[in-house]
Amino acid sequence: MIKKHSLKLAMLLSLAMVSMIALSSCRSGVNGEIYIYCYGDYYDQEIIEEFEDETGIGVVQDSYDTAEELYTLLSNSNTSYDCICTSDYMIGKMIEEGMLSEIDFENVPAIKNIDPLIMEKSNEFDPGNKYSVPYQIGVAGIAYNKKMVGNTVIDSWDDLWNPKFKDQIVMPDSVRDAMMIGLMKNGYSLNTTNEAEIAKAAADLTEQKPLVYKYANDAARDLLADGSAAVGVIWNGEYQYTTDLNDDVEFIVPKEGTEFFIDSWAIPKNVANKEGAEAWLNFLCKKKVALTNFDYLYYTTPNLAAKNALDEDILNDESIFPTDETLKRCYSLKTLDSDTMAIYSKYWKKVKAK
Amino acid sequence: MIIANKKWASPFIIWIIIGTIIPILSIVYYGMTSKDGGVTFANLGAIFSHDNLQALELSLLLALVSTIICLLIAFPMAMILKDSKYGKQGFLIFVFILPMWMNFLLRTMAWQVLLERNGVINSILTAVGLPRQAIMNTPGAIILGMVYDFLPFMILPIYNVVSKIDKHLLEAAYDLGANKITVFTKVIIPLSVPGIVSGITMVFIPALTTFVISNMLGGGKINLIGNIIEQEFTVNSNWYLGSGLSLVMMVFIIISMLLLNKFDKTGGASLV
Repeated sequence: MIKKHSLKLAMLLSLAMVSMIALSSCRSGVNGEIYIYCYGDYYDQEIIEEFEDETGIGVVQDSYDTAEELYTLLSNSNTSYDCICTSDYMIGKMIEEGMLSEIDFENVPAIKNIDPLIMEKSNEFDPGNKYSVPYQIGVAGIAYNKKMVGNTVIDSWDDLWNPKFKDQIVMPDSVRDAMMIGLMKNGYSLNTTNEAEIAKAAADLTEQKPLVYKYANDAARDLLADGSAAVGVIWNGEYQYTTDLNDDVEFIVPKEGTEFFIDSWAIPKNVANKEGAEAWLNFLCKKKVALTNFDYLYYTTPNLAAKNALDEDILNDESIFPTDETLKRCYSLKTLDSDTMAIYSKYWKKVKAK
Repeated sequence: MIIANKKWASPFIIWIIIGTIIPILSIVYYGMTSKDGGVTFANLGAIFSHDNLQALELSLLLALVSTIICLLIAFPMAMILKDSKYGKQGFLIFVFILPMWMNFLLRTMAWQVLLERNGVINSILTAVGLPRQAIMNTPGAIILGMVYDFLPFMILPIYNVVSKIDKHLLEAAYDLGANKITVFTKVIIPLSVPGIVSGITMVFIPALTTFVISNMLGGGKINLIGNIIEQEFTVNSNWYLGSGLSLVMMVFIIISMLLLNKFDKTGGASLV
């Protein structure tokens, strides 16, 4: 008797365990739920509620730090997201590798709000604008604390090599963004495939390392705001946040030119709820949503309808809306083939290991 | 009865298969294949490249230093706890374990806030007119983080062993004419070896492979072998190289555990 019981119980236990594992990989909510995957803190949480109220579609949010993380996750596992937001070069790479599905723009009528100029720019990585919806654009630049910097003029990437700022510089902690600085400083293209140029940039970054306080991505603005660092590389959208906390911080776009990005939303190939994803895209393109996000992020919005509703003094703020003259000096990152990427990684690793 | 035991073991066998065997096999698989699918030893050999070797050396050094510091703090502490009134009631040991109730990431992040150039510690130091510390983003900060995070893992096993030492053995030693130092070196230390060994294993191994502490307190300037492996998986999407390096680390860990077990004559107890 006892034996029989224990057998049953044992089987039950193992069954429970197996089903627990099976269930946890299963998606809950059959109708009306979308899974979105986006850079951390990249929209106002208010809009999630608004979207849920408006459409009745539940939103499950997930976030990541670098585009490479997203790529690793999407290419190596069966995780399915309905809508992702990532950077231009990553969109290009994912299109090339067939990881995205075409958007039915019939379902995204609000796309007409997006600046045609930006649509044209995003043509470079998404030919024919078939796979992505531009979300935010921005330029990288140098933020500095004018009190800590004193009367040194900051207008070039070279200033990040000034020994005066020893242990006071914050640099980006991602291969492409950091290498961009080394490349631009030397007047090379930020998309170079020439190993000698990459090696030179890496050598410069290695030389700069003793001056660096920290390699950080999102933390850079906080270190600038609390005065732990004097000079740092941030995106223009982060400037408003920083200056709100510490009004000694100034922002400039270096004269050599800089990196310009378009972050876009796209739908992965193995989407489960494409209709929901398209409803989300359409929602994001709406004027009021773009305005809510603008008030939250202060990145340059590609949404013309929203831009036209802004005050004159915001439109004239060059850290928020860089002038056309500045934009001419801006280049976006292009997808590189994996061999070139391996070279970049190799040299970046050397910089970090030094 | 034995048959019944076997049936009861089945959930755990499934657990071991899913949680241990499959992951290890997939690490071995990735570690031994190249990107184009062929069998290769290049991923394992990559440990000998200059950058990786350098990171490994630094990891070994930092792990060793923090293990020694943990041991130097934990052993006297265990002795004190054993004899103190509060120690016997388990109150003090409870206080030492209390921080472990909080998430380890949060505790490390707290150190970030404390140590940052304009962080809490420096604000206090400046307020009372003392010179500021500049430990953040140095190897010192990483050692501090390791010691803080892993100290309870050293205290607990040592305290456990020390508190169970039979009083009569010590009395016998005194009766036979031993002085305090002899009792300590010839009786207490040999009897606490199992605890020391398991404490060292539980501190040294996580310290050797950590990447979170070095990431958060090293400012991205100090690359440990754990960081290199993490970077291969996340940034470079090179699971093959990452797995190869992980396999090499496993060998290192097995070797260090075998070495430690030599000291532990009771055997087995330290295999965590």
